[in-house]
Amino acid sequence: MSLLGVDLATVLELGQDHLLLAGVPLLVGLALAIPLGWLATRRGWLYPPLVAGTGLLYTIPSLALFILLPGFLGTRILDPVNVLVAMTVYTLALLTRTVADALLSVPGHVRQAATAMGYGPARRFLAVDLPLAVPVISAGLRVAAVSNVSIVSVAALVGVSQLGSLFTDGFNRNAMGPIVVGVIGCVVLAVLFDLVILLVTRLLTPWKVSAS
Amino acid sequence: MADVLAWLTDPANWSGQGGIPAQALAHLRYSVIALLLACLVAVPLGLYVGHTGRGRVVAVNIAGAFRAIPSLGVLFIAVLLLLPRLRGELAFEAPSIIVLVLLAVPPVLSGVYAGIEQVDPAARDAAHGMGMRPWQVLAQVEVPCALPLAIAGIRSGMLQIIATATIAAVVGLGGLGRFLIDGQAVRDYPQMAGGALLVAALALGTDLVLGLAQRAVVSPGLTGGTGLRARSATALDRRLARG
Amino acid sequence: MIRLEGVGKRYPDGTVAVDDLSLEAPRGRITVLVGPSGCGKTTTLRMINRMVEPTSGRILVDGEDTAGMDAARLRRSIGYVIQHAGLFPHRTVLGNVMTVPRLHGWSRARARERAREVLELVGLEPAHARRYPSQLSGGQQQRVGVARALAADPDVLLMDEPFSAVDPVVRGGLQQEFLALQERLGTTIVLVTHDIDEAIRLGHRIAVLREGGTLAQFSSPADLLAHPADDFVADFVGADRGYRALSFQRAQVPIHAEQPLREGTGHAPGSGEAWRLVIDADGRPLGWRHTDDPEERLRLGGTLAQQDGTLRSMLDAALSAPSGRGVVVDDRGVLVGTVRADEVLRAIQQAPRPTGDTVRTAEGTE
Repeated sequence: MSLLGVDLATVLELGQDHLLLAGVPLLVGLALAIPLGWLATRRGWLYPPLVAGTGLLYTIPSLALFILLPGFLGTRILDPVNVLVAMTVYTLALLTRTVADALLSVPGHVRQAATAMGYGPARRFLAVDLPLAVPVISAGLRVAAVSNVSIVSVAALVGVSQLGSLFTDGFNRNAMGPIVVGVIGCVVLAVLFDLVILLVTRLLTPWKVSAS
Repeated sequence: MADVLAWLTDPANWSGQGGIPAQALAHLRYSVIALLLACLVAVPLGLYVGHTGRGRVVAVNIAGAFRAIPSLGVLFIAVLLLLPRLRGELAFEAPSIIVLVLLAVPPVLSGVYAGIEQVDPAARDAAHGMGMRPWQVLAQVEVPCALPLAIAGIRSGMLQIIATATIAAVVGLGGLGRFLIDGQAVRDYPQMAGGALLVAALALGTDLVLGLAQRAVVSPGLTGGTGLRARSATALDRRLARG
Repeated sequence: MIRLEGVGKRYPDGTVAVDDLSLEAPRGRITVLVGPSGCGKTTTLRMINRMVEPTSGRILVDGEDTAGMDAARLRRSIGYVIQHAGLFPHRTVLGNVMTVPRLHGWSRARARERAREVLELVGLEPAHARRYPSQLSGGQQQRVGVARALAADPDVLLMDEPFSAVDPVVRGGLQQEFLALQERLGTTIVLVTHDIDEAIRLGHRIAVLREGGTLAQFSSPADLLAHPADDFVADFVGADRGYRALSFQRAQVPIHAEQPLREGTGHAPGSGEAWRLVIDADGRPLGWRHTDDPEERLRLGGTLAQQDGTLRSMLDAALSAPSGRGVVVDDRGVLVGTVRADEVLRAIQQAPRPTGDTVRTAEGTE
């Protein structure tokens, strides 16, 4: 079966690669951003360097990062690990600030009430602060997910195969079909991420009538 | 890494038409032109949407949808569509620049309208109540108050442009991206990495300049100046904690 | 003078915010619009400077129909103060206050000079002029808001809940200063509040509006307390309105001579009273001392009533003194004598119920 001259099995395979290259860094980045963001709110002086520092990483253009990482990691340039690390860096850059701001947005009276009820700092963070920060973190995660999907496609230029490979393939053969299929694939993937994040957010924040 | 340093310090790479300064300037030129064109479209549109609240939903959705569309794909589509229709020198540059503009419009637009939208309604009401005409409210209150978010949007649009201009070397656009793409073609990693470092430096430098510009034009009353507000806030916190 | 003639505001969806409202805000006085939320008081206020356009009736400022004026020009001639001050966060305090003079086309230098004057007028230190609104407290911001509204020396000032966002502790002082300022400048003021106490405290004339935007009563504060027009007004004014009405009644209460102790002197023989009032060298009361108290502690007495004060202040003085004798002083604070609670009550019983032309007194100065 084929779609606009592209074999459907190939599309699915590339889509799966794309999903992993964009999705795994999203989870790893989030897992790293939570403690970093927490640190930035706990120690006020750490907030500017952490947020500005991770923000600087975000300014590095993706193609440049894909090319530079092998130099630091000792990997080969075609290695998908470079892309995974680069996408984790971007996710982290975006989410550290989001997590910090989300935690700061938890109302002080709620936090004080929790402390007054006898929550220790660690339990209060897990049971009160973090759940209440979910809506804001989720909004940041949605942005990160969509931009990850788009950026990953650039990795086709350094030869890492995913949906972006359809772009280079189509361009080299002067064929519009594969490029359009690739764009559609990316958009579908982005929407998929968005829906999953929305769904999980809704499950995590049953007190919100609609998570948006 | 030593090879990268060697490539970066080789005088031969710093002269001539394809040299580092020439390519950096070309990169900057495309980027600035694209940013200005994007602002030309996005700023008035953002002011309109923010000031009137009309078309807000459309603006939000377009901005969101554009983020999902991969820039590389759009770039290739633009080239395949436009290249046969264009002639002369412009033929190679125009499709890329159109894409650069297209990608920078959403962040600038959403920055401007979000900036206008978050202006304190009480300040806006007071401005009208004091007898400002609508354009005076816009120019004297809404725009100055929107600057932090608007410039943030412009900065992120500029980063998007610089990144995409790098990629556009694949379709023949000049600029620092040439070193990355040409280096890859001949498997010259030092040239690729050297170029990548230059691109990163260009992006950081441009963002820094825009950041300084932001500091210069945004009223300290909106940012809390040099931590004065932050200091008074912590003082307040301490007072509350004690009380 | 501001005159509303059958003014109404009906929105396209059919909701009526204000219905056929007629009232007159006299020149140089404070007129308060008060009522529950949804009574159209803010809409009424905003129709005066045409922030909201009336759909029926007309509004006259000094005899001129506002509908025929240029809206922006009209607004520049009317000061406007709102709840959260609405200061421009990007402008310094001075820049904020300079706004309207600049809109009038004054030179920067003249506007700056005028801004400094009004800031002083509202009691802000010159050091604040260079600050930004975010660096000020809520009370200071509200002062700047008032200064900004007064900068172009308007004859009319519209105020929408000007004190409700301010800390209650600060509010009393601000209201007091506001009254003094109004008296000094003679500005015609229309003020909106949801707080009946504030209305009674500040207003020369009070318009009580009810839901649906109709006028329930328009009268002096004393009259409002004594003769509420209907159940709605009586309910809105509150259950203790009778007591509060005493604030507007002058007293005919016998003042008894007191034999005070001068500060520093020991037991003075004579009076046989258990409680003795202690005064300072100038004759100002300091407090009460019980003759049986071996430590001779001075009990700081209750409130003081002015010689020509109201029944409420006399009653309060009598009730708050440990001796049961309310201390009355003259306008220099020197002891005149004391009043007894039972005699104040008798005076209250005999006092005529107030009518519309009772003089308003500022309660806090008593």
